[in-house]
Amino acid sequence: MPSLELLLSVLDSSVRLAAPLVFAALAGLYSERSGVVDIGLEGKMLAAAFAAAAAAAVTQNAWLGLCAGVAASCTLALVHGFACITHKGDHIVSGMAVNILAFGLTVILGIAWFAQGGRTPFLGSDARFGALVFPGADAVAPLPLLGPVYRELLSGHNILVYLAFACVAATAWALYRTRFGLRLRAVGESPAAVDTAGISVAFLRYRAVLICGVLCGFAGAYLSTAQGAAFISGMTAGKGFIALAAMIFGKWRPWPVLSACLLFGFFEAGAAHIQGVSLPLVGAVPVQAVQALPYLFTVVILAGFFGAAVAPRAAGKPYTRGEH
Amino acid sequence: MKVEMPGAPQNMPWWIDPLLLTVCNLALAFAFSALLVWFIGESPPAIAAELLRGAFGSAEAVGYTLFYATNFIFTGLAVAVAYHCGLFNIGGEGQAYIGGLGLGLAALYLDFLPFPLLLLAAMLAAALFGAGWSLVPAVLQARRGSHVVITTIMFNFIAAALMNYLLVNVLIKPGSMSPETRVFADSTHLPMVHDMAAAVGLTLSASPLNLSFFIALLCCVAVWLFLWHMPWGYEVRTVGGNPRAAVYAGISPSRCIILAMCLSGGLAGLLSLNEILGSQHRLLIEFTAGYGFVGIAVALMGRSHPAGIVLAAILFGALYQGGAELAYTFERISKDIVIVIQGLVILFTGALGFMLRPPLGAACAKIFSGGGRAVA
Repeated sequence: MPSLELLLSVLDSSVRLAAPLVFAALAGLYSERSGVVDIGLEGKMLAAAFAAAAAAAVTQNAWLGLCAGVAASCTLALVHGFACITHKGDHIVSGMAVNILAFGLTVILGIAWFAQGGRTPFLGSDARFGALVFPGADAVAPLPLLGPVYRELLSGHNILVYLAFACVAATAWALYRTRFGLRLRAVGESPAAVDTAGISVAFLRYRAVLICGVLCGFAGAYLSTAQGAAFISGMTAGKGFIALAAMIFGKWRPWPVLSACLLFGFFEAGAAHIQGVSLPLVGAVPVQAVQALPYLFTVVILAGFFGAAVAPRAAGKPYTRGEH
Repeated sequence: MKVEMPGAPQNMPWWIDPLLLTVCNLALAFAFSALLVWFIGESPPAIAAELLRGAFGSAEAVGYTLFYATNFIFTGLAVAVAYHCGLFNIGGEGQAYIGGLGLGLAALYLDFLPFPLLLLAAMLAAALFGAGWSLVPAVLQARRGSHVVITTIMFNFIAAALMNYLLVNVLIKPGSMSPETRVFADSTHLPMVHDMAAAVGLTLSASPLNLSFFIALLCCVAVWLFLWHMPWGYEVRTVGGNPRAAVYAGISPSRCIILAMCLSGGLAGLLSLNEILGSQHRLLIEFTAGYGFVGIAVALMGRSHPAGIVLAAILFGALYQGGAELAYTFERISKDIVIVIQGLVILFTGALGFMLRPPLGAACAKIFSGGGRAVA
């Protein structure tokens, strides 16, 4: 069945392409649910991708690379927090600064450290996250349908892919089943109420921003040390904004965000396959049209034609005691 | 995006806030840039000297600096006009790109017109296409409350995909490998400043500086007249200051939002006047090169005032021109240092813009009142 094979290969690459989006979209979810708007996901991912690839190249260890990526991303997250929470600066302006700063810094440091025009050295298989093969993947392969699905779709990804999906479940639990989650959601809707209850608004938001930094770190490290094998300048190429779009598309809720990431991952995987192919009903579709779909979908959903996408009420507003 | 003014002390001289605070914030941004330069093992004074020499060292360098500044005046004004209506237009990049499409179509297909008419048509096309690209986010913000920041970000990417498709598949010069149109007819090229100077007997060295620099300055005057001397501009600023008060005054916020965003998109669209009609003479892929985003830094630094924007645009023009020269002299540094400076300027004059105000205010209060007595 060649069509099943094609479908499985598209779905397989959808999962791979969705994983960094899942990390980054969940990162945005934590931040925005606490009331801190973050358009700097892209910049944090980029910084993490660079730091992870650089550290992995020097230490030949993917896990140390991941730690470096998380550290770089968290540093930028703290800059964002310092501007937005401590100094009540504009969240959008600060996010923009983080994006531009990350782009410039990664190139400058890349050239200064590795002298390869902004690239980092190519990583061997030891310094990358390799594929995990599930037990019995080859044994069940002959089974009709189930065999190929198990072998191609479920098995054979790197550990960060599985971690990304686990993070969705963990986020859903943390957000709706823990005290921290309740407070996090409250501080994004009504910081004054949280403050009245004697809980520090700033501390809660700083924690949310740091979680955002950690998750963006994973997203960035995924790009340069799991999916790719080196850092290339500007390698996030708008993925941080697609993640932002997925977060809005999923209406700031973990499971719908996962669906949005998978959908956008599917578009990206599909775009690679439809070049020059004539589809039934619509004919040949330009690749660029498929690439623009996530953004178009997000505008439509923001326009509120298919159920309102409403951001947390206090998102983007600095909190000053007594002014609300 | 209304900036709060915490800790603003009363009866301070007027210039403390717009001038001294901005200069201090800029100094912070440059200090951190110098730290980075030192960290990677180059000498900050040497880099600064090379930047200055590259930007102002010769008449040709100054021409290039002002050429880049022209781009930044257009995009800076675009951000500023939306800002005065309380909107953050992050979509200057996409609006400029689509504006270039309008201008390119006019230059390709209307090149039989006499030059003054063609210039008018090209300007109108660039502004209308740019404004059209900001119209959808504007209407969605005004009528359905969709956040304009997010929709304009999305529209930047949609513009990139659209232009990529058009340039690769439709407008490409037949037989060309790179995605760009044919070169426009000679009659459409904007006059260069060095040619204009030669016509009146002045000799200037050749640079891409062209007529659009003066059009950009005229736009500054027009924006100033619009915002501070026309009823519509007053309405736009009122909505930006306090939308609820505007409603009570009988002003329609949604109309002002659409007006401000369309003006903003139109100004961004005019970027192509300088870059395409003034210099490249053909429509090519990614000609906006991030200039739309530089507009954010320029508007923040220039405090969204046309005069401030001209100064900030010249500073960034100098950085871009000087930065391009760095790679020839220094091994360990490239022009991307300018992008770091740009990010730091946005951080310190924008997001952290009022961090220094309380200490600065306290210091000034001491100098201008208590301090005087203490000395006496």
